[in-house]
Parts: sequence; structure tokens; C-alpha cells
Amino acid sequence: METPGTPLLQMRDIGKSFPGVRALDGVTLDLYAGEVLALVGENGAGKSTLMKILAGAQPADSGDIVIDGQTAAITSPRKAEQLGIGMIYQEFNLVRSLNAVDNIVLGYEPVRGLFIDERAARERATNVFAELGITLPLNVETAQLSVAQQQMIEIAKVLSRHARIIVMDEPSAALTDREIDRLFEIIRTLKAKGAGIIYISHRLEELPRIADRITVMRDGRVIETRAIGDFPPDDIVRAMVGRRLDSHFPDLPAVAADAPVMLSVRNLTNAPMVNGVSFEVRRGEIVGLAGLVGAGRTEIVRAIAGADIATAGEVDIEGNVLRARNPRDGISAGIAFITEDRKAQGLVLGMSVRENITLAHLGQFVDRDLLINRAKEEDVSEQYIQELRIRTPSPEQTVSNLSGGNQQKVVLAKWLLGKAKVFLFDEPTRGIDIGAKAEIYNLMVKLAQGGAAIVMVSSELPEVLGMSHRILVIRGGRIVRELSRAQATPDVVIAAATGAAA
Amino acid sequence: MQEAQVQAELAQNLTEDKKKQARAYWIRVAAAIGLLVVIAILVNIASKGSFLEPRNIINVLRQITYGCILAVGETFVIITAGIDLSVGSLVSLSGVVMAMFANAMGFGGVPLIIATLLVGLALGAAAGFVNAVPVVKLNLPSFITTLAMMLIAEGLSFKLSHGRPIPLNSPDFQSTGIGFFLGPLFTSLHLPGLPNPVIWMLVIVVGCSILLMRTRFGRYVFALGGNEEAARLAGVNVARAKTLVYVISGMCAAVAGFLLMALFSSGSPQTGTGDEMLEAIAAVVVGGTSLMGGRGTIVGTFFGALLIGMLYNVMNLIGIESYTQKIVLGAVILLAVVIDELRKRYLRKA
Repeated sequence: METPGTPLLQMRDIGKSFPGVRALDGVTLDLYAGEVLALVGENGAGKSTLMKILAGAQPADSGDIVIDGQTAAITSPRKAEQLGIGMIYQEFNLVRSLNAVDNIVLGYEPVRGLFIDERAARERATNVFAELGITLPLNVETAQLSVAQQQMIEIAKVLSRHARIIVMDEPSAALTDREIDRLFEIIRTLKAKGAGIIYISHRLEELPRIADRITVMRDGRVIETRAIGDFPPDDIVRAMVGRRLDSHFPDLPAVAADAPVMLSVRNLTNAPMVNGVSFEVRRGEIVGLAGLVGAGRTEIVRAIAGADIATAGEVDIEGNVLRARNPRDGISAGIAFITEDRKAQGLVLGMSVRENITLAHLGQFVDRDLLINRAKEEDVSEQYIQELRIRTPSPEQTVSNLSGGNQQKVVLAKWLLGKAKVFLFDEPTRGIDIGAKAEIYNLMVKLAQGGAAIVMVSSELPEVLGMSHRILVIRGGRIVRELSRAQATPDVVIAAATGAAA
Repeated sequence: MQEAQVQAELAQNLTEDKKKQARAYWIRVAAAIGLLVVIAILVNIASKGSFLEPRNIINVLRQITYGCILAVGETFVIITAGIDLSVGSLVSLSGVVMAMFANAMGFGGVPLIIATLLVGLALGAAAGFVNAVPVVKLNLPSFITTLAMMLIAEGLSFKLSHGRPIPLNSPDFQSTGIGFFLGPLFTSLHLPGLPNPVIWMLVIVVGCSILLMRTRFGRYVFALGGNEEAARLAGVNVARAKTLVYVISGMCAAVAGFLLMALFSSGSPQTGTGDEMLEAIAAVVVGGTSLMGGRGTIVGTFFGALLIGMLYNVMNLIGIESYTQKIVLGAVILLAVVIDELRKRYLRKA
């Protein structure tokens, strides 16, 4: 396709830093009217941050945003909306208890005197639906509609606000094939109306069907932008992965040839996210679970740990059958489950470092008088603070005041305390700085050396490649590929995870 | 070497911070006590010296006893981010039921007192259990389940008693209700003794404070109030801890019902139908417990109840009529929580 004249949107040299991280480093991209620009990159490449800046959810540290040749000051989400920018987030921004009409006019309700003009509101909604060529039930609570229908409401909503720059974050992730076809039709309609669309996706195989150009981001920079026809999947993958220093990964100790199986999972099922998963992990072995977000990796480890109840299948720990009905069962069988979202699941943020470290194993600190031995708690916490180098002024510091890396170390300390045999790490280094990452890797090696079996879910490809003896690639809740350390290259893993032929 | 340096630095930080923490703690305690003393002196001046008379202070303690016991139970519930609206009605219901039970028994003395109290506690525990089940199993808001229990218990207490107080046949409860702790000893020293119910309250405050601050159960209460999912994944038996919290609250209500029954020598359906429940919640909140859950202390609740009690007392002493009293009380509660929130924000920034 041609790209004539002034771009609809220009983002010029955008920079953004967070404490300890340079999230965006001079990012420049153009979007033309009537095109779909696919934005791809690994987790943490900076796509979300860039889009948040465009949407007015976060201010940029530096750089300009130019719309129709004029510099725009996007100071708030409302301002972005007025400038014609429409965001369709993966988790949607709908009020679930309102119907389609109410959601579409929300914040811009047509009024007659003191009251909402219901007829005008309905008319506005039906007009937009007609423009998009879709039909939807108007009087049903949004919560009762399918994901695809909710997505259509979102699209109708931004269109009713005259959005010309439309950002879609992983719009196909939760849709069926037929729904995706429908989505693409709608996107083509939007293109025909002269909108520019930024399409964020991990599914490389679908891009040729919808995108005009592809921009690859990595480490907060734009690596390459090419027309879809000139950008074969191999090149895209290479641009995404890059050549990277993996020297911050420690050497993995070899797994002894006669190492016994510690964790055995057979036909584990918890539909729809876990569909018959079988694997074994031996003493001292680290097995990486690779795959896209939503592939079912988290659900697999949750079912093993007892955080979810599996509907079928069997889990053995050192040959003993474990039927975990809740996390307590998993813990007493010797499982430590380090969850992916430390703030929502790993920590009680309002409690102190000490209270968080001892929470899962308080029994160890209860004296004969049934009271908690606080001195012992303090001693043990201080020991872990020193051992893991948790940067905190004291065990009494509230964990919400610590940095991400140190919070993660508190979570680790909590599970180290239990002397577990099987460690399930879900995204163990998400959102933490390089230094803390390296420390966590060393710790995992130490655990493996000490005889633990480790399962690690990670969306960071270098991490999976650098820290696993063996890699299982998960897609659709199944193991689609098993790779030894020697076989595993970025291209092979990504190809298996995305379902692209490679 | 660098390793050693980092370790040493961390160790140094730890010891220094310990000292700082200890200092901060004592400063806070001193400030609280100082504030109370200043208020007491000011109030004493306003009341022309009658406030600080020992007799009056004991009066205040006696008056706050029942509300404070309710508030102690309520504190557990509120720390889990729940609420128990049924405590007031449970005071009435347990009083009525215990009076009926005591009158029906053929024995007296200490065995009767103990048996009656146990019946009340069982009733309170059962009501708390019923409050908890829908909250724990179906994740229903405790506001609704305890509101329903409030209505049920109130209606039941009026129905059982036909709307009239049930006088106790046995005089054996009098010493519990209106007697003094070690009365003769204090009298011989020319001191006013502590009323028995006040002793009950102090024991409950201390006992529940230990339960909350020093036991596993107490720690779990804070954990599930702060982040229920994290607590569950850490292996905490969330259902059990949550249930216990409502059971404790119900039992506290039963103890208050028992003491009031002993005080009036009758079980009345009207004892808990006024503002008792609301004032208990007010005492908890004024005492620094967060309605959002995860934070609070029993000692704070005690001081919250004491502050409210002192306020009523002073207003009575200086002749403020009861309508105005309510206005003042409302204003003071609002002021207390606003100041507490501002203090926290200031600390967070500093």
C-alpha cells in the first residue's frame, strides 16, 4: 500500500523512564490514515507504555506527538479522546452492569433537560452499529455478552466518539476463529472510513491477513518497520529476539543421570485452559514452560499447587499421589508456588516484611504456649534479609514500601522457609531490575543444587532459554513441543508458541 | 570484599532501624498518654473538678463496659474487612434466653452462673456461625447477613419475652452485675473498688488483644483482611479464620448480654435495640481500625470506647442535654477519623 502525504499520527522520539528501567528510548513511529500498523515485540519491549502515553494515561518524559501535522498535548485520557484517539484494551473498559447503549454514550450522554434522552442514545448506538455492519442485543447487561460482543461494543464506543486513531491491544487473544474473521471485517470497515489502526498482537500468523505494515519493538526501541510483504516471519522473530547478552544467566548444574523423578504430572486437565498435560521433573532439574500469554501455563502450575482444583489427572510428589483441594494441601506435600502477580497474590502489602516471610509457615514460630515467638520471627526474617539481600531498613518495614525486586525477594523468602521439594515459579522476574533478576537466577540454581525440582513459567524468552534444562512449549493448554536445552533456540520456541510453521 | 561490605551495611541498617523503631514506638505511646492527660485536665477544669474524682472515673469505666466488649468483638470482624450489625440485637436475645434458662433451672450459686453464661456463649457462637456461613461459602457481604441476623435476633428476643423484661428469680447474679472486685479490701483502704463488670471488660480486652496480636489465628485475621487471595495461597485456612471472627463477635455480644442481665437482674429485649451496635462500630473506627480491613488493634478500640465514654460523661457533668450530645459525638467521630487519615497521609509522604 502507498503511504502518501502527512501521516495521521507521528510519535517523535518518545522517551520514558521508570525507576531503574528505561522503558522507552527515542521511539518514533508514523501511522497513516486507512492503514493497519501491527506493533509486535516481546513482553516488556515497551509497546504498552508507548500506547499508554498515546492514550494520555501516562505522560512521556520527552518527545512529541503530532496529529495531522499539528503537535498535540495529550495531558489526559479525556484529551486523547477529543483528539480522536480510541483505545481498546485487552481487558475492556466497559461498565459490566450497563447495557450496550449506556456503555457507548457513557460520559457523553445526550440529554433533554435534566434527563438522559434515551431515544437519542439508542439512535446513536444503532447508527454506529449500522456503520460497522453489526447487530448486538441492546438491552442486555454487558456482563452477559460474549467477549467478542463486548469487543464490538468497545469498537462502537470509540467510533461514536469520532476516533480516527484506534489502538487495539491483543484484540484476537480471546476470540474464536470465526470471531476473528468477524473482527477483521470490522477492521477493514474502519480502514475504509479512513481510520488508522495500531494493532498489537503476539500472534504473528494472523498479521499477513490484516496488517499493512509491521513495527517491531525491543528493549524500548523501534527495531524495524517494514511493509508486511517484505517482512517474512523469520525476520520478524529475529528482530523481536535480537542478539542479546545472556551472560547474566548463571551456569546450570547438570542433572545427575540417575536423578529420581520428584514431580510427575499425568494428564492434568482443567478445561478450558489446561487440556491433558503430562510431564516429569527430576531432582535438580529446571523445566521451563514457554508460550504466549493466555496459553495456559499459569493455569497448569496453579492446578499443580492446588490454587485451582483440577478436573482430571494426577500429580505425584516423590511418588506420592497429591490430590490438592486447596493451596494448603500443596504446601504440606512440599510444593512452593511463587505466583506471577506478587501484589495481588504473593504479598499482603499492608503487612511487614517479617509478617509476610513467616505467613505460610507460622507453625514453625508457635511456642508451646500457642503464642507466636516474635523474637524467633525477627531472627529468621533478618537471616533471610541478609541472605537474599533484601533492601529494607528493617523486618518491620511495610512491604508496600519496597521496590519490585525486593518485594519479590520477600515472596521467595516466604517459600524458602518451608524447605519445599518442588518449586513452581510463575514469571519470577517480571517487572524487576537486572540486578535483582541475576540474584533470583542464582537462587534458583542453588535450589536445584540443593535437590529441588523446579518448574518455571516465563514469558521472557531469554530467561526460558537461559534458565531451563528442558523447555515445554505450551499452546492452547497443551504441551505442543518439548525441547532440550541444546535444541531450544528463540526461533523454534516462538514458532511453536505462535503456531507458525518453522 | 564487596559482598562483605554489603552484608555489613545491611546488618548495620537493621540494628539502627531497630533503635529507630523502638524510639518511634515510645514516642507514640507517650504522645497518646500525654494527649489523654491533657484532655482529662482540660475536661476537669471545665467540669469544675468533678471529672477526675475517682468515683467519676470508675463511673466512666462502668458505662463503657458493655459497649467496649461489643466493640472488641467487632474489631476482629472489621479487620477482615467485614462488619457485624447483629451485635446489639444479640445482646438482647442472649439476655432474654439466659434469663429464661436461669429461671428454669433448679439449682443456684456459681454452677447456675456458669451454666447460664455457657448457654449465652453457645447462642452467641451459633449466631456468629450463621452470620459467617454465607459470607465464607458464597462470598456474600457481611453487611447483609448480619443485618438479617440483627432483625431475626431482635424479633426473636421480643417474641420469647413477650416484649417485657424477664426478671431473674435467683439473686445469685447480683454480685456479678453490681458487685465490686475485692470490695472489702478496697473499702478498708478507703478506696472505691472496681466494679466486677469492669474487670470482665479488662480481662476481655487483654485476652482478645493477645489473641489478635500474638497467635496464629490473629495473624491470619490481619492477613486475610489485607489480601485474602495471598493468604489463601500461603496456605491459610481462610474459611476457618473468617468463621471464627464472627463467632468471636457473637460471643462478645453474649458476654455483654450476660453482664447487662446481671446488672438489671433481668433479661430485657430492649437492652440492645438502641445505638449500641453503632457506638461499638464508632469505637472501633475511632480506635484506629480500618474499615478497609488489614489494620487495627484491640487496645485502640478500648481507647476509642473510652474516648466516647469520657465525652458523654463530661457533657453530662457540664449539663449538655442529650440532643446536643449526639451532635457533638457525631462531630467528634468525624473529626477523629479525618485527623487519623491526615496523619497517615503525612507519614506516608515523610
